[in-house]
Amino acid sequence: MDSLRSEPSLLSFRGVTRTYGEGEAEVRALDGVDLDIQQGEFVAITGASGSGKSTAVSILGCLDLPSGGEYLIEGHPVQSLPADVLAALRNAKFGFVFQAYNLLTRTSALDNVGLPLIYAGLGVAEREKRSFEALAAVGLAERADASPNQLSGGQQQRVAIARALVNQPEVILADEPTGNLDSRTSAEIMQLIARLNVERGITVVMVTHDPKSAAWARRQLVFSDGRILSDTVRA
Amino acid sequence: MSLRSTTSVAFSALLRNRLRSLLTVLGVVIGVAAVLTMESLGQGATAYIGNTISGMGSNMLMIVPGSPNQRMGGGASNAPLFTTADLEALRRGTRDVELLAAVSQRPLRIVAGGLNRNTVVNGASPEYLEIRLWGVSRGRKLTRDDERLGAQVCLIGATVTRSLFPGQDPLGQELRVHGVSCRVVGELEEKGASAFGMDMDDIVFMPFTTFTRRITGSDRLGLIVASARSPDRIDDAKEQLTNVMRARRRVLPGEDDDFAVRDPREVQAVLDQVTGVLTTFLLGVAGISLLVGGIGIMNIMLVSVTERTREIGVRLAVGARGSDILSQFLVEAVVLSAAGGVVGIGIGIAAGWGLSGVLNLPFVVPFAAIPVAFGVSVLVGVIFGVFPARKAAKLNPLAALRFE
Ligand SMILES: Nc1ncnc2c1ncn2[C@@H]1O[C@H](COP(=O)(O)OP(=O)(O)O)[C@@H](O)[C@H]1O
Ligand SMILES: [Mg+2]
Repeated sequence: MDSLRSEPSLLSFRGVTRTYGEGEAEVRALDGVDLDIQQGEFVAITGASGSGKSTAVSILGCLDLPSGGEYLIEGHPVQSLPADVLAALRNAKFGFVFQAYNLLTRTSALDNVGLPLIYAGLGVAEREKRSFEALAAVGLAERADASPNQLSGGQQQRVAIARALVNQPEVILADEPTGNLDSRTSAEIMQLIARLNVERGITVVMVTHDPKSAAWARRQLVFSDGRILSDTVRA
Repeated sequence: MSLRSTTSVAFSALLRNRLRSLLTVLGVVIGVAAVLTMESLGQGATAYIGNTISGMGSNMLMIVPGSPNQRMGGGASNAPLFTTADLEALRRGTRDVELLAAVSQRPLRIVAGGLNRNTVVNGASPEYLEIRLWGVSRGRKLTRDDERLGAQVCLIGATVTRSLFPGQDPLGQELRVHGVSCRVVGELEEKGASAFGMDMDDIVFMPFTTFTRRITGSDRLGLIVASARSPDRIDDAKEQLTNVMRARRRVLPGEDDDFAVRDPREVQAVLDQVTGVLTTFLLGVAGISLLVGGIGIMNIMLVSVTERTREIGVRLAVGARGSDILSQFLVEAVVLSAAGGVVGIGIGIAAGWGLSGVLNLPFVVPFAAIPVAFGVSVLVGVIFGVFPARKAAKLNPLAALRFE
């Protein structure tokens, strides 16, 4: 089917490798991965610790580059792009959600959410308006002035999702977004992410250890030793 | 990213660490404050000395016995004193000299009513006060008639009035100087303290003839004061005075003079030189503390970059370019340093104000130094901020995010 499509995949790996260290000490975090992700998919990545899940997601989000093979975004190879273009892609095309939330301390929820918009070059008024809308979308409008240490883990992750959302990305990349949360809060966060996928058509690629979280995704990838062990799509 | 948001990001980062920011810029604060204080005091001292010298009279020259190489006001010399005949010869033999005055002075006891005081008593021809542009605040001046007649009259300074004629009008009162009675005909304008801290108003003037005939018994002179016709004739006048005196005192060609013609502007030159040396020294001190301050800023910025590696990672992950991170940290260093500069400028001016009060100097705000000091502190921030900022900008996004 894929080979008949005239349009290239949104994201695709062609024999992507990522190695750390050299010679004897070389670690192959990714070992020749082929992968195509289409616009609007919801992909869950599972696998043992150290199997290369985070590495794959980092390369997908242009936080890191492959050591070998090719990573193409809409058919364009990423390796040859200058650093500033990669920065612009991270700013406009991707939204990241991390296990550790990674919010700036002593900075209000509103300002945390607005961070990508600073680098998008928006003025204060527009930034605040859009940040507030994004906070409202994750149900935290009334905590806009709170700083991260005044928020629960679930709330902090919502702020992080609002930040990932605020510049209207095509893809949200989430690396164990529920890894630090209890099961009830995890379910709430997963519901939020799934809604973004369904209602806004945002492509979601999510690493998780938790089968319940993974079950929200239609497509399941299992990694092992830097390779894709299985790739299944729920009917 | 606009400069405005860069600056506000930098400011909020610095405000989060107020105490550390303050300690970091202490070197810059001290360096800048030192420069400003020094400039303020230096300009105050220059203004003060300038005022004092111009208060000594216009185009004034002084002829004193002794070698010209001897320091001004230095110890006694063996050179003979001058005579009134010298004065006459000078009057005839110089073209660019306008006024010549004989002056002789001695510290003496003066008595009025039941009160007495030790004061510097001057016998001076009337030209002297003319050269010194020194008028009277009440009564009259000494005249050529007083001089010719050897009149028993005198002028007194305000300090003498206050101590010998408290609450009274001194005019017409009798003053006994070293047992010689004279009538007070005028009170001198107040001069305040001299550049060397002496009270210039603790003084009595009598006609030169009265003083030499009745008090000292000798018409020998320790000082001749002259004035040039105009400021651009001072050097000519000096040369003419020197030539006449060399002839009268039979100084052979090639021999050293046994007298000196002094120009108060020389004092200014010497003092300028001293101020110059001090300025250089203090600039060195300021430079060193700016260097130390700069290194402090670099150090703290490096610490800050390390501490905030994850923050940098987050910023890179949401789309910051290397140049955004670079300018953020650079602006932070510059804001830090410039804030130190502003504080230093404030402290420096305040210290200049305080010290000028203590030292009895006029207070001058060193306006010209303010933009220079500010510029230098901005420059320190740029120079010492570049290295840490580049280090931050070169971080790999993923490595920065995973930094523990
Ligand atoms: N910066 C690094 N330096 C060296 N080895 C690394 C680095 N990052 C990841 N690795 C190695 O690459 C492999 C894959 O890591 P990762 O993608 O984080 O795994 P996962 O997310 O599946 O747990 C692991 O063996 C890990 O130790
Ligand atoms: Mg991982």
